[in-house]
Amino acid sequence: MHGDPDEARPPRDALQAQLFPPWATLVARLALLALVLLPLGLLGLLMALQYSPYVTGQGITPDQPVPFSHEHHVGGLGLECRYCHGGVEVSRFAGLPPTETCMTCHSQLWTNAAMLAPVRRSLAEDRPIRWRRVNNLPDYVYFDHSVHVRNGVGCTSCHGPVDSMPLMRQAAPLTMGWCLGCHRDPAPHLRPESEIYAGHWTPPADQAARGAALIGHYGIRTAHLTDCSVCHR
Amino acid sequence: MSAAATEPGPPSASHAGVIGLVADPVLGRPASRRWWIAFLLAGLVTLGFLGCITWVLVAGIGLYGNNTTVVWGFPIANYVWWIGIGNAGTLISALLLLTRQPWRAAINRFAEAMTLFAASIAGLFPILHLGRPYRAYWLAPYPNSMELWPQWRSALVWDFAAIASYLIFSFLFWYLGLIPDLATLRDRARSRGARLAYGVLAFGWRGSARHWQRHDAVYRAMAALAVPLVVSVHSVVGLDFAASLMPGWQESIFPPYFVVGALFSGFAMVVTLAVILRWGLGLQALITDRHFDAMGKVILAAAWVMSLSYLTEWFMAWYGGDPAERGVLRFQFTGPYAPLYAAMLACNLLAPQLLWWRRLRTNLPVLLGVAVLVNVGMWLERILIIWNTLSHGYLPSMRRLFQPTLWDWLTLATSFGLFALLFLCFVRLLPAVAMHDVNKQRHEQGGAA
Repeated sequence: MHGDPDEARPPRDALQAQLFPPWATLVARLALLALVLLPLGLLGLLMALQYSPYVTGQGITPDQPVPFSHEHHVGGLGLECRYCHGGVEVSRFAGLPPTETCMTCHSQLWTNAAMLAPVRRSLAEDRPIRWRRVNNLPDYVYFDHSVHVRNGVGCTSCHGPVDSMPLMRQAAPLTMGWCLGCHRDPAPHLRPESEIYAGHWTPPADQAARGAALIGHYGIRTAHLTDCSVCHR
Repeated sequence: MSAAATEPGPPSASHAGVIGLVADPVLGRPASRRWWIAFLLAGLVTLGFLGCITWVLVAGIGLYGNNTTVVWGFPIANYVWWIGIGNAGTLISALLLLTRQPWRAAINRFAEAMTLFAASIAGLFPILHLGRPYRAYWLAPYPNSMELWPQWRSALVWDFAAIASYLIFSFLFWYLGLIPDLATLRDRARSRGARLAYGVLAFGWRGSARHWQRHDAVYRAMAALAVPLVVSVHSVVGLDFAASLMPGWQESIFPPYFVVGALFSGFAMVVTLAVILRWGLGLQALITDRHFDAMGKVILAAAWVMSLSYLTEWFMAWYGGDPAERGVLRFQFTGPYAPLYAAMLACNLLAPQLLWWRRLRTNLPVLLGVAVLVNVGMWLERILIIWNTLSHGYLPSMRRLFQPTLWDWLTLATSFGLFALLFLCFVRLLPAVAMHDVNKQRHEQGGAA
């Protein structure tokens, strides 16, 4: 090598020296940056999407054949959960009330309300009202209401403040990660038996100690709560 | 430096001659008729490969001969075989650079391209074999709303990481070596389009002393990183088998045995491609008898290491005394796959013995024949590792044989079309020989014009 070839050697021809304009360097650098950032950003977007209500359904209020208000019936009138969802303590499915349950009151009250026409038709035709599911789990998830309410998990822990919902909406994301949050560490969410159906429950200051005691009280085998076969059978 | 290194570089090729020899087929001449014929044929076969893949995705893996006992079949054997081919390129390039073997310069570029293409094709087969190929991304650890991670104890997850890092690394290593040659093409190209295309790809390379100094430093550092990576990628493939509890697989020799097997088949494939490339591009002045001689020696040495591996396998199965292991060994030699096993031993152990003679190492038809036989033998080895063990497991009532289907054969055969297509594009668009490296060798050896 003789001297610095960078400066000593002139370009072979003028065209070659002008192959790229000065701003090409900036474009090249930006392109290299984009080559890394764009795919990463796209992946990040895809990952963020799975947490959005668009995928999880959280916060979504489906239309119902009758605009039944939990806020009015539970919060206002003080009906208890089990008055309508009678299967919750003994069955996998909490149960939807038969039309007769509605009619215990509505055979006397608001008997001509247009809003309740589908309820009257259901009774007359002996055909159940087709409610639309709000909290829907995939078919490969074995979820049992009874095992939850009998072991210290209250209704509102998953369903949210039902007594302030004019129309029912999905309160929780219902993702597997959300389920695991409690299954990995149930103590902060466990209630005494008297509070299971309470409309509002705030953990007491000493919940850590109480939760640990409640695990013993209900006999929860925490070591097995995250086994695959607990939810996937 | 070996004695051979004192020979001057490629004969009858001056500094500018080397560049002309390599760059002209890319820039100067229009594609020859035989290139077009090869391109069209390879394109047709590639379409067939795409058809096979589509049909597997639509109809499911019931198309293959896999059954409830022999759950792995052609796709896994093809995968191991292709990734083995993909091992040699980076090794030739890196290890021979670090050990200062100057003959590397003429063959490393296309060997690395071979690595990239073979490893990419290899990566397709495990996905096809999944049964639910659209779930392949589950192998990647990514934050998800299920809060689930891949099973870190599964060799398949290690495999995914090993192949992904190997592919990315091989690409970067190959591209780094290409940069000075891309700049040469930029400067020699006549059309403005070609000048711009190669100019963009050359990243503004000017060939200053500082450029060269940095390029060499990074290239050598990457070569040092590449060698453990080459070893790790096929070791992990070996662990796919050895991490299981099946008789015939649970041997600690598997990772090194797989690495040597990979280099063995990879070198054989480099020889095959070198013969074709030399004929197709007229590179007789660059790829010389000396290269075939050296590669023939490597194949012969690898054949002996393979023999040692087989002997160790047999000895340990007998010496370990486990009835299941001994059963698999007996099944290998006397079972229904025994003729294939004998063919494999003939291809892998006997055929390379021809390469003891220099006259035969430099006799291209003989060398090419041995290389093809070695690749056939290595494919047989991979399929027999799967068949022998899985067909002869612990439960005699569950023992089944594997019957390959038409789709098994078609998928394997047409995958060569994709490889050929990629390789044909490569030789048409990029310099198939590392021009700057060949010339540097010539300069260092005092052979510069």
